Amino acid sequence: MANSDFELSERFEISGGDFSKAGSISTKIKEILQEIGIDSSIIRRAAIASYEAEMNAVMYADRGTIILNITPKKLHLKLEDKGPGIDDIEMAMQEGFSTATDKMREMGFGAGMGLPNIKRNADRFAITSTLGKGTTLDIIFCLNQTEKK
Amino acid sequence: MILKDIKELLNAEIICGEEHLDINIEFAGGSDMMSDVLAFGQPGILLLTGLSNSQSVRTADIIEAKAIIYVRGKKPDDVGIKLAEEKNIPLLSTKYMMYTSCGILYFEGLPGVQKSQE
Repeated sequence: MANSDFELSERFEISGGDFSKAGSISTKIKEILQEIGIDSSIIRRAAIASYEAEMNAVMYADRGTIILNITPKKLHLKLEDKGPGIDDIEMAMQEGFSTATDKMREMGFGAGMGLPNIKRNADRFAITSTLGKGTTLDIIFCLNQTEKK
Repeated sequence: MILKDIKELLNAEIICGEEHLDINIEFAGGSDMMSDVLAFGQPGILLLTGLSNSQSVRTADIIEAKAIIYVRGKKPDDVGIKLAEEKNIPLLSTKYMMYTSCGILYFEGLPGVQKSQE
């Protein structure tokens, strides 16, 4: 980024079950990252992670938020949803494990690739979940080469 | 391989983006599962899919696909077409099924994603 002191914070609301707008927040986030001149390879990884996280919230949660925080050192996507939560996170992180419905599969999702794909694209990834309350994802991308995983 | 040549090989119909038919396509991948596409897709990919809702276009934009070929005569909904026009992603539709579409393009020398990475 041109300005080393640049910081940005934006909050986006996700409507659970609203497939007509699903993915639009991630498209917006990608546009913001392009506008402020983030490295294209990081934009791509962040857009994929954001899209997977957004789709998970649309498919499973009642509602959610994505908070985009950018500092000179890192890009942080924080997704918090209000929903059923995840019973077994270790299982949910395995490729191919899915609890998707036919409706979700009709949308092209539910192959059990979402969470592993988010983790694969992120430099740092953390997930916490409480049954009956919801799930929180912290997805971090290092903008400073020396801090990458 | 030029997109215009791909259109001819697959006897495809242009849905939108006719002005982009001269772009060069170097590799392709096919799936109806967008989660798979997000996992294996690479920038510049030609995406072949039978998924005709707007998520196919959304996914193509996220992974920076050059174009989408809808197989089995599928066509995207109006939301998808509008998004593709905004993002300059040409959309085409062929009556061939996925296996045949991929086979024709591979036979004519268009490699898959993995091969282009080797």
